[in-house]
Formats: sequence, C-alpha cells, structure tokens
Amino acid sequence: MHDILKMIARRLGFGLGTLLAVSIIIAGAVELLPGDLAQEILGQSATEENLAQFRKELGLDKPVYERYLTWLGGMVQGDFGKSLANQREISELMGVRLKNTLYLAAIAAVISVPLSLFLGILAALYRNGIYDRTVNVTTLSSISFPEFFVAYILIFVLSVHLDLLPSISNISEDLDAGERLRRAVLPALTLTLVVVAHMMRMTRAAIINLLASPYIEMARLKGLKPGRIITKHALPNALAPIINVVVLNLAYLIVGVVVVEVVFVYPGLGQLLVDSVSKRDIPVVQACCLVFAMTFILLNLLADVLSILSNPRLLHPR
Amino acid sequence: MSTDSTTAEAGGDRKGEVILQMRGLRIEGRADEEWHEIVHGVDVVLRRGEVLGLIGESGAGKSTIGLAAMGFSRDGCRISGGTVMFDGVDLTKASDEELRRYHGSRIAYVAQSAAASFNPAHKLIDQYCEAPTQHGIQPRREAEAEAIDLYRRLQLPDPENIGFRYPHQVSGGQLQRAMTAMAMACRPDLIVFDEPTTALDVTTQIEVLSAIKGIVEQFDTAAIYITHDLAVVSQMADRIMVLRYGNLVEEGYTRQMIQDPQKDYTRDLLAVRSFRKPPINEENPEIPLVKVDNVTAAYGKLVVLKGVSMEIHKKRTVAVVGESGSGKSTTARVITGLLPPLEGEIQYDGQTLPRDYRKRNKDELRRLQMIYQMADTAINPRQRVADIIGRPLEFYLGLRGDEKEQRVRDLLEMIELDPDQFYARLPGELSGGQKQRVCIARALAAEPEMIICDEVTSALDQLVAEEILKLLQRLQDELGLAYMFITHDIATVRAIADEIYVMLQGEVVENGPKQDVLSPPHHEYTELLLSSVPEMDPDWLEGLLERRAAGTAPSLPGSGN
Repeated sequence: MHDILKMIARRLGFGLGTLLAVSIIIAGAVELLPGDLAQEILGQSATEENLAQFRKELGLDKPVYERYLTWLGGMVQGDFGKSLANQREISELMGVRLKNTLYLAAIAAVISVPLSLFLGILAALYRNGIYDRTVNVTTLSSISFPEFFVAYILIFVLSVHLDLLPSISNISEDLDAGERLRRAVLPALTLTLVVVAHMMRMTRAAIINLLASPYIEMARLKGLKPGRIITKHALPNALAPIINVVVLNLAYLIVGVVVVEVVFVYPGLGQLLVDSVSKRDIPVVQACCLVFAMTFILLNLLADVLSILSNPRLLHPR
Repeated sequence: MSTDSTTAEAGGDRKGEVILQMRGLRIEGRADEEWHEIVHGVDVVLRRGEVLGLIGESGAGKSTIGLAAMGFSRDGCRISGGTVMFDGVDLTKASDEELRRYHGSRIAYVAQSAAASFNPAHKLIDQYCEAPTQHGIQPRREAEAEAIDLYRRLQLPDPENIGFRYPHQVSGGQLQRAMTAMAMACRPDLIVFDEPTTALDVTTQIEVLSAIKGIVEQFDTAAIYITHDLAVVSQMADRIMVLRYGNLVEEGYTRQMIQDPQKDYTRDLLAVRSFRKPPINEENPEIPLVKVDNVTAAYGKLVVLKGVSMEIHKKRTVAVVGESGSGKSTTARVITGLLPPLEGEIQYDGQTLPRDYRKRNKDELRRLQMIYQMADTAINPRQRVADIIGRPLEFYLGLRGDEKEQRVRDLLEMIELDPDQFYARLPGELSGGQKQRVCIARALAAEPEMIICDEVTSALDQLVAEEILKLLQRLQDELGLAYMFITHDIATVRAIADEIYVMLQGEVVENGPKQDVLSPPHHEYTELLLSSVPEMDPDWLEGLLERRAAGTAPSLPGSGN
C-alpha cells in the first residue's frame, strides 16, 4: 500500500509539471492570436488614450513573461482573475459551469459505463455471432456520425415527435432535482451514444484476448459455465486496458462536450469556452483550458491507480 | 474424512472395471485453412485405479489425446472419428452441457504450467472450491476444509494458510501440487496429468512426483500421465503407450517395456543420453581462456552472485549446473559484459576485460558468443536464415557479397543443414532443432574462441537434443572451441562436460573435473541434485524416497518447500 501512495505522490508531481507546461502553451497560444485585444474589445471608435488606458489596466503594456508570471502567480493562489466581458470573478463564473458540466458527465457516465461493460461482456460471450455483429455495427455507426447530427436525431425523435424530453437543456440551481435530471437526459444520451462503442469494443477485445490463456482452458476443463468463465476468470484480468479506455472516455465527457453543450444550450464549461472565445474574453479561455488540462491529468492518474489495484501481483507482493 | 474412505473403497470394489475406452480416435488440426489429421486412429483402454503413461516427442499427439479423453479439443482441433467412452457415455457425442457436468467433477485436468493455469486474480483456495461448489457437490465450507486436508496430504507447507495466497506468492513446485489438489477436489474417476513436472527443477520434480503418486494411490484414481521423459513415466505408470506422429508405436506394462522394448523407436528413447564425450587426459594450460575472478553481482539491490570464481580453458566444456535462480545465467551475463559486476573481474587470456560490453572492442566481443535456450525468441522471425547468419559475418569480419554468401553456405554445411534448401528460409519454416542449429551457425559466424550455451537443449525433444549435443561436440573437436554449458539437466552434463561447477544461491558449492564431481564423495547439494535425476528403473522413486526418509540420502532442507 505504501508503494501505491508513493506512486500517487510521484504521479501528482509529474501532473503538476505537465500542468505548468500546459499553462505555458496556453499563454503562448493566446499571444499568437491575431489582432489587438484592446482594439477588439473597445471597438473601432476607441481613442488612443482609451486604448492605452485599457492596456495599462490589463497589464498588456508589460512584456510577455511578466504577464505570464503574474497570471501564474494568481492561479497558484486560486485567483483566476476577472472576466473582461462582465468584470465578474472568473472562479465564480466557472464554478457553476464546472458543476453543470460534471453533472452532465456523471449522468452520461452512469448510463454509458455499465452499459458498455455489459454489452462488451455479452459480445465476448457470444463472439462472432449475430448479437456480436449487431452490437458492433450499431455502436460503430453511432460514433461514425458527428455528435451534433446524433443530437438532432435524438431531438427530432424524442422531443419533437414523441414529446418526451425538452430539446433545450437550460438547467439552473433553482430547478428541482427531477426537472434538472429530465432536462439533462437528452445531452447525456447523445454523449452516451458517442462513447459507448469505444468502451464496449475494448471490453470485448480485452476479454477475447485472454480466452486463449491456459487458465481459461483450465476453467473450461473444471466444467464452469461460459458466463462464469468470462466474468469470473477473464474479466478481472482484463480490467487494466478497460479501465484506461473508460477513463479516457470520462475525460472526453468533461472536456469534449463543447459541441453537445452548444446544441442543447446547456450551461456548461464548453458553452462558456465557446462564448468567451467569440467575445475575446481571454482570461476566461485560459482558465477553462487549464481546468480541462487538470481534468485530463487527474483522470489519467486515476486510471493508473485503478489499473494497479486491479493487479494482484502489485497489490499483494510476495 | 469419511467421504475419502468411501470413495476409495468404492473405487476398490470396482477395481479392474474399464473407466475409459477410446476406439479408433482420430483428431484433426486446422492449418492453412485446411483440416489435417494429427491423430490417426488410436485405441486407449484405462481401468479404474490404473495409471497409463503416454509418452512421445512433441507433435506425437499425446496432449491432444489426453484432452480427447475429456471429450475436449483445443481451438483449431476437432475429434473427427472414433469414440471416447467414459463410464458408458460417449463423450464425443455429448452436448456441451453434459460435458460440463463431467469436467472437473468426474474427469479432471492437471496442466503443464501451473503458474499459467492458475488464474492470477484469485486465491488458490477460491480456485479449488470453484469446481465442488459449482457442480453442487459440496458447500463452500466443506470444500475449504477438504482443500486444507488435501494440501496437507500433498505435503504443502503451512496447509491451513497456503490456500489463501495468490498464485504468484507460491513457488512453482508448490503450485503444481496445489493444482493436483484442485484436480482431486471432486474425487474424480480420472485425472489427466499433462507434463506436470516438465517445467520444474529436478529436486522439485521429485517432490511433485511423489506427491502425485501418493495421492493417486490413496484415492485409487485412474490417471493418464503425459510426458516426454521415459524415466519419469516409468516411476508413475502401470502401463505405457509410446506415441509418434499421432500413431501408437508400442504399448505394454512398464517393467516389461523398460526391460524389453519391442520397437526401434522405443529403444532410441531408452538409449537417449547414452552419448558420452571421451575424457580428456591432458593437463589444463596455466592461463585459462576465461577467468571469472571472485565476482559479485546484483540486480538492483538484490545480490545474485557472491564471490563466484571460474576458469574455462581452451577446447574444454565447462558445465555450470544448478537450479533456477542459482546464478548460472547471471554468471554468463557478467562474462559477456551485459551485467557489469559490483566486485571482481573477468580475464580473457590473462588480460582484464572491460566490465561493460559497451566498452569492449569488436575483437573482444567477437571471441565470446552466446547461444540461448529459446531459439524461437533469439532469432528475428522476419529475417531469412542467410541474413541471420550473414549479419555477424558483415559486422565482425566485414564480409560482403559473394564472399559472404559462400561463408553462409559453408556454415550451413557445418551445422548439417543443406545450404540450397535452407539458405533463403524464414525461421517460421524451421523445426525447433533446426532453429537452434541456425543459432549455433550465427555464433560460429563470428569465429569465436568460446561459446556460452545457456540451456540450449532444454526446450528440445530428447532425441533432437542429443543430435545438437553431438553437433556441438563435433564443432569443438574441429574448431577447438571452449564451451561454457549452462544447464539444470544432469544427463546433459554427463554427456558433454569436461569440468563441472555446481552453483547454489549465487555461489559455487563444488567444482572439478567431471569424473571427480560425479563420483562420491559429493558435496551435500551435489548429491541431492544427482540423486534427484530420474532413472529408468521403475523402483527408483520409491527406493529414493525410502532412503531419504531413513536419512541415508540427502533431501531438501525443510522438505515440502
């Protein structure tokens, strides 16, 4: 157990390093954006004095590295700065959005992870049969379509024709839990359709990969039922690759939802990012990117720790 | 336990009754999209309480037949003809559901590699209890109690707790016994043992053999014992069937067959290991070719060699023997510079060699070559024989074009492969013995003075191994090579060695000329190693166990470990 804690600490250290690198890249990318920020925000009519005053307020007149260090210093202390568009604290602005995004991701994960494991296990059990092929074709086609297309199809069927669910998911704090869930279902379903194929196919492949192992043959020769062989003997040993793909998809559910949020007008981080980009609200864009990067790093750490916990050799040393 | 005695008695009452009868068994294997027959109509009869030995080289079909006795065939194989009658039911016609009811409960299987056949994710006792609980024979608590009882009968250490360990926490010999216990769980009528001791050291093999023999006798279980080692099978079996290329060669009672084999092939198998290198009577020159001087080496913090010294002279074969983990291969890695030693040094012809191979010059590298155990993994499967052998010719000797081709052909002749046939082949088109020959040619291509042979015959069938040993001997006579021959097989040592170093836990415990080391008085460990090598005599195992019990033969410290 001690070794695992040590590993987590080391990986967190690496994660911080990665985050630092990401922050440099983000700051550099912002610097490369064409046009003059002050001009863009104040508009054509702004006078030279106004522009100079604005630049000074934002510190745009200082050299790049100085601005970067100030920004980084603020980040470390949890001060994300203020939004240019409405002068609100970014941490406050993002807090609600992040919560919404996590809420949507959680619903999508609760539906898609068990579903894809279940479908994958069944596909491995009845491999190369009709069921296997049907599931493969269905899930593959659902990821082959663009997300917005899947989203509009779902809206067309579930809200326009059957009138079961709202097509706009503008949730907010003051809605009761049931209504919030109801409004989040359509975007969550869309995301599920996008991520299931990947996870399900990895589950299937990881299990089938193990079916030629001597211990699976042993399990068969002990007279065990096929279902038990798959779930009890193959699955525990196939967990590491499955966990990695599941976590990668969870990360996608958080950072890759931009399009889906826009389609459903869902007030999440992705929506915020898109709005901020169009408004040239650079500090908000930077903060969003950093949060996305952090999500990726933490989830990958989680995947590594879970993979280790799934390996008895590492969990129970000699 | 009451269930034990009733089962044993029931078996006793019905002793002599036929439990398994296979008739005209034909099995096909799928290769290149076509079915080829690999077992051509074999008849097998087995009575209750009888142990039948199936023996033959790889490709003889013995494992396939053993599995067919369970009505099972691996993926890519199918039973294409004949019947497998088990206690009155034809298993070839049984449904999957019916077969499942027999498997594990009435017919059980013990696989070659226990380490690979135990599921790494579950504790031993969980895997033991699976068959009895799933077949509805016993509730979990009873099964657990019986598991502990069986672990004790199989002389596993700490039987109360060993089952609660994971497979990787238990040694190979212990795992193999735990697997035998697992097979015994439902008190089956028949157990198929598929080379259960092949992967084990000789000293461990003895314990597993005696445990298996004991438990099979206690419960009067019928067994099929599959092996390629006639000496092992003669300890275990009442009756032996010799198989070759999917056909029966000869069948008979063990003693009769050992004393009076009827067929040439059986005689070859019996005579295997009769090859002996004639002793050399000259004195060794003063300066050895390679001198390992008081070497201590470690992998990370784990010290694996402690003050090892060795001398290898020109034209001599030095055998290094010991069990897995004794430091034999590590010594070779130190000599070749793959593992720089912590202390001590390697001298070549009186000159100290750099510790790290990266600091050695081309000539120093060229003189020392290696041949490995797994020829399969030691050669690149995508390269043709000509490229494999040609590469060191180019690298060390700078040969190109026609000159190189001619030399490759000469080398192929030297290792007794027809150059016209083999020059352009890929490794996939070679047999195991042929691959090892190519590895030998590759080592020879560098024109070395010494070759380190690391278990080069261990993965080969005995008859093929003997051919390789003869080839190596001929090459030594012709080219004056020195060999360092790493092996755990005493028979190989007897055949080819001039001098012997016996290693135990990273130290040399005894060394000297072959005749001295192999004749008494021995170091205690050498004695244990030598006495553990199975002999063709069917009474050997029992005799040895009696002597060990009486304390007149050495046994492993803390036997059962």
